Amino acid sequence: MALSQEQLARFVLKPLVLLGCLAPFAWLAAGIAGIGPVSLGANPVEEILHTLGKWGLNFLLITLCVTPLRQLTGWVHWIRLRRMLGLTAFFYLLGHFLFYLLVDQGVDYRLVLEDVAKRPYITVGFTGLMLLVPLALTSTRTSMRRLGRRWQKLHRLVYVAALLGCIHFYWQVKADVREPLLYFAALAVLLGWRWWKYRQRLARAAAPTATRIPASTSAPPTAVRRPMGSSSSHHASRDASTGSPVSAIDTNAA
Amino acid sequence: MLIKRPADIRPSEITPEPVYQSRRAFLAGLTGAGLLAAAPEVLAQAMANVTLVAPPMRYKTNPRYSTTETPNSFDEVTGYNNFYEFGTGKSDPAANAQAFRTRPWKVEVAGEAEVTGSFTLEDILKPHALEERIYRLRCVEAWSMVIPWVGFPLGDLLKRFKPTSKARYVEFTTLLDPKQMPGQRYAVLDWPYVEGLRIDEAMNPLAILAVGLYGKTLPNQSGAPLRLVVPWKYGFKSIKSIVRIRFTEGRPRSSWEKSAPREYGFYANVNPNVDHPRWSQKRERRIGSAAFWDRQPTQMFNGYGDEVASLYAGMDLAKSF
Repeated sequence: MALSQEQLARFVLKPLVLLGCLAPFAWLAAGIAGIGPVSLGANPVEEILHTLGKWGLNFLLITLCVTPLRQLTGWVHWIRLRRMLGLTAFFYLLGHFLFYLLVDQGVDYRLVLEDVAKRPYITVGFTGLMLLVPLALTSTRTSMRRLGRRWQKLHRLVYVAALLGCIHFYWQVKADVREPLLYFAALAVLLGWRWWKYRQRLARAAAPTATRIPASTSAPPTAVRRPMGSSSSHHASRDASTGSPVSAIDTNAA
Repeated sequence: MLIKRPADIRPSEITPEPVYQSRRAFLAGLTGAGLLAAAPEVLAQAMANVTLVAPPMRYKTNPRYSTTETPNSFDEVTGYNNFYEFGTGKSDPAANAQAFRTRPWKVEVAGEAEVTGSFTLEDILKPHALEERIYRLRCVEAWSMVIPWVGFPLGDLLKRFKPTSKARYVEFTTLLDPKQMPGQRYAVLDWPYVEGLRIDEAMNPLAILAVGLYGKTLPNQSGAPLRLVVPWKYGFKSIKSIVRIRFTEGRPRSSWEKSAPREYGFYANVNPNVDHPRWSQKRERRIGSAAFWDRQPTQMFNGYGDEVASLYAGMDLAKSF
């Protein structure tokens, strides 16, 4: 029997993406253990540190792709990947920091404190990671339910964290800023998309108000309609619970 | 201070690098003529053989100026370095410099000197006896290596051009050739790469021009065919693939100084007490160290203070960094 869309997302797509999430870690582990053709080069500490940092930032940006992907494709099940991708980003970035602390700096706390205070790129990177801590802690379904619409407000910190991550990368390179600029460009597209969507919703909400009010009174209330489709209600209610005023407008308009 | 050259190496005995290098050119010419074009692996094999049959360089190790620390492996030295002309990644130079043509090579000498003009590499090298110097190299990025260079004192060459009393500085320029040097297709730095030394720094016996390392002709990615090595300064001062030497009255502006004057000074002396604005220079990671996570303390002037500290007497090295 054919898989349902939901089963496809849960049992095929998600495990595949999980493998992708683990791949950079596996590559590093192979390099450290000296397995296969993987080589960490002449400066393994730098290679490990940069790999963890860069993949952390990669996964952060990939996480930010989930919502646009859902909106572009109309396939709601992309959302099932979001928590896993976000936590992957967090763990790589936490690893990046711990590796810097414990190995690169050799637990010389004086030097680390001096670095965090004196060097803007480290201050910025560290702040970005700190912003992700509450997001990782509230990533559970329970927290989502408990926080309600405040959950999404809180989780908008990911935009700031991603921006700080890009600045950290930009300030860290010596002269060749091409790669960090690509990250800025990707982030600009991802945030720009959200801004555009937000403006669209504002415009839709503002313009036809007069005609819609009578229409909505005649139509059956959405709250009544929702429980009829069980699988869609799950997502609709999640959207509503994560909703700011903006997505509340969106749900009403939909 | 004069360098005592070992008497047993005469100029006539110096490695005739051009001889076997010209065989490479000959083979390359064959490909051009289509004779070997159909079988690139044959060419590769032939090239490899040419390298193998190349006569070893004739040189004597100079213990006076050599460290007894263990040198880094050939692979570390030639596989992990900065040479932005071939890309900004540490393994880019090794990957992208293999087809770089270093013969024929000319060096233009200009500026405040009695003897100026264009010189072939052979003219430049002919009178100088080669010696091996095992130097520490400290990169401004806080890693370091120990490298057995083969070269000759820079001062000995500069004296041949009879610099005038106006020659207070020496400026060096790297080849500008974006066709061969893919890194130059992007304005990562203001190409061509320029470096400079005060004339007394250039005349210091520690400053050498290198043409080889590990007893072999300098690999392309390491700055072939002719590069500067000034071991008491951060690595970026040791300019590679030099095509121009100019004696100047005014202080030259080096490429990194132009790129980020707050971060890279003209002097760029290794100094653990003056941090790079973005990282500490107190310690360094020695590439290839058994305790690869460890960092060792960085020494003032990279440990060459006895030879060079007097050059900077009375200067505020925090200001003139």
